[in-house]
Amino acid sequence: MEILQHLTDGFLIAFQPLNLALIVFGCVVGLFIGAMPGLGSVNGVAILLPMTFLVPPTGAIIFLGAIYYGAMYGGAISSIMLGIPGASTAVATTFDGRPMALKGHADKALIAAAVASFVGGTISVILFTLFAPPLADVALAFGPPEEFALMILAFATFIGLGSDDIPKTLLSIFLGLALATVGLDIVSGKPRLIFFDLTGFYHGINFLVLAIGIYGIGEMLWTIEQSKGEVVVTKAQVSVARTMAALREIMGSMKTMVMGSFLGYFVGILPAAGATPGSLMAYGVAKTMAKDPKSFGKGNIDGIVAPEAANNAASTGSMLPMLTLGIPGSPTTAILLGGMVIWGLEPGPRLFIDHTDFVWGLIASLYAANLFALLINIAFIPAFVAVLKMPFTILAPMIYVLCVVGGYAPTKDLHDVWLMLIFGVFGYLMRKLDYPLAPAVLAIVLGPLAEASMRQSLIMSQGSFEIFFFRPIAGTIMIAAILLLFWPLVGVVRRAFASR
Amino acid sequence: MRVAELVMAIVLSVFSLAIMYKGSELPIGWVAGSGPGAGAFPFWLGGGMLVCCFAIIVRWFRRTSPPSRSEAPYFDRRSLYLFIIGAVPLGIMIGLIHVIGVYFSVPLYLVYYLRFIGNHKWWLTAVIALSMPVVTFLFFEIALRIELPKGYTEELFYPIYDLFY
Repeated sequence: MEILQHLTDGFLIAFQPLNLALIVFGCVVGLFIGAMPGLGSVNGVAILLPMTFLVPPTGAIIFLGAIYYGAMYGGAISSIMLGIPGASTAVATTFDGRPMALKGHADKALIAAAVASFVGGTISVILFTLFAPPLADVALAFGPPEEFALMILAFATFIGLGSDDIPKTLLSIFLGLALATVGLDIVSGKPRLIFFDLTGFYHGINFLVLAIGIYGIGEMLWTIEQSKGEVVVTKAQVSVARTMAALREIMGSMKTMVMGSFLGYFVGILPAAGATPGSLMAYGVAKTMAKDPKSFGKGNIDGIVAPEAANNAASTGSMLPMLTLGIPGSPTTAILLGGMVIWGLEPGPRLFIDHTDFVWGLIASLYAANLFALLINIAFIPAFVAVLKMPFTILAPMIYVLCVVGGYAPTKDLHDVWLMLIFGVFGYLMRKLDYPLAPAVLAIVLGPLAEASMRQSLIMSQGSFEIFFFRPIAGTIMIAAILLLFWPLVGVVRRAFASR
Repeated sequence: MRVAELVMAIVLSVFSLAIMYKGSELPIGWVAGSGPGAGAFPFWLGGGMLVCCFAIIVRWFRRTSPPSRSEAPYFDRRSLYLFIIGAVPLGIMIGLIHVIGVYFSVPLYLVYYLRFIGNHKWWLTAVIALSMPVVTFLFFEIALRIELPKGYTEELFYPIYDLFY
């Protein structure tokens, strides 16, 4: 009952004129960014975060939440119309969405993706509403050792679940953490890692400098290189009659959508997993569950709705650990978490007590954003298809300019703009060599929190690392993290034995 | 690709060493009464990076990672061209901000990119190159009250400030 009361309050906040306008605007921007090939929610949120200084924190998170949602819807558009995923979260949508579009049913594929996104979003927001308050209650009892253990778990999931090169993933984490230590030390107040005695390093490296560098500049360099070939936009015929017919057919896939939603949500909750693995897994499960698995990859509607329901559900799921524990579940939520710090909020379970407006306003806005994204998406399909034809030579310079002014705004120091360019260029060069960079962004956000909780724990225990293992909750989380860390080793050993 | 993989690993290990060196300027051991020293965290993180670089180099020798096996060039001519026309002018624009400020270097950059790289029509170039600084000014300076750097062109803005404040 208490939850219903909070939710009602949340709706009152979300439906204030300014916030409502931010939801609608955020959905449109998100759909637009999601539809652009290569750009996804994480790029949109990173580049536009500095713009949210204009509104109060609740409005800011509502706006960014709506972008996150809209981008999940929009990602499907370029997957279906171009065969290029609009974002990594929409990769699985290309498997069946593209073939269906090539058969002349692009409209059906687009509507299926939108409806599935809506179902996934709605189911996951309901789950979120039910799970978040009890989890926050539990988390209130957490001390520094538990917090530190959770962060280790977040990094361990990257290594355990990522199929990427393990030394490179680890290096990316260490690099992000090391960059986070630049500036004044939180305990002793001494300046650290002041390279070349540049004064710009004294205020530390804001996470946005790295995030915009990698997801703004680096991403554009990467996308331009990748898309040098010509792209072919499929035509979509849209009419009311065709839409109704498509909707009837899509309703037949309700079971798959519900499956995808639950799966996506729970994968999304895992720290650092996010929407991409969630949607790929949902596609796999839908295929194994199907009566005719052979039709997958040739334009099966279940192959579209499963990943689309899952990626929206996962994006909500990844907000759960971010809000309740202060541990981001995806790169995008890592940036949202960093945003909270900039807006002057302390992430973690206390948000549910000290900032109920913020938390419940966000949750209610997700219900609304979901509905708006569906309506806007279906009503303006032709407009978003037109977006795909916009040449990169217009978009790229505008995004670069946004990055430059956005990178300047948080610290008002040109030194950071230079750093951002360096990170962008280096990030791009590293990405070409398969270095995963999302862990670095997560690490620079979590770095100061991780260092503080570790040092506080060690002061509590007078230097003994046992404190992380002999407290029941911290110990359990630590063991889970260690198991995850060594999980890839199991595969290596198995293969070694198999080859004998 | 193979050479690039090794060079990147070496560059990153030099950077790790630099972090360890800078970290060790502060106490890296246990400081009685206040826990680990201020330099401990960066020092060991740098150490961790160094170990990872070492692992990457080992994998390079054994050719276990995909880039260390790849025969494809790290940059072909076309992507090198795209990279240079993207990154270098961006650096020049940021450099120019120090001198002529955001509101003059941004339009110059947009004209360069839209007109000479994108081959868009002059009217389109002009619309974007002129509207973007205006919108930026209204958003940052007026709405957010964040002053963007103007270099030597600061004085030109005094009349505009008078208009708004």
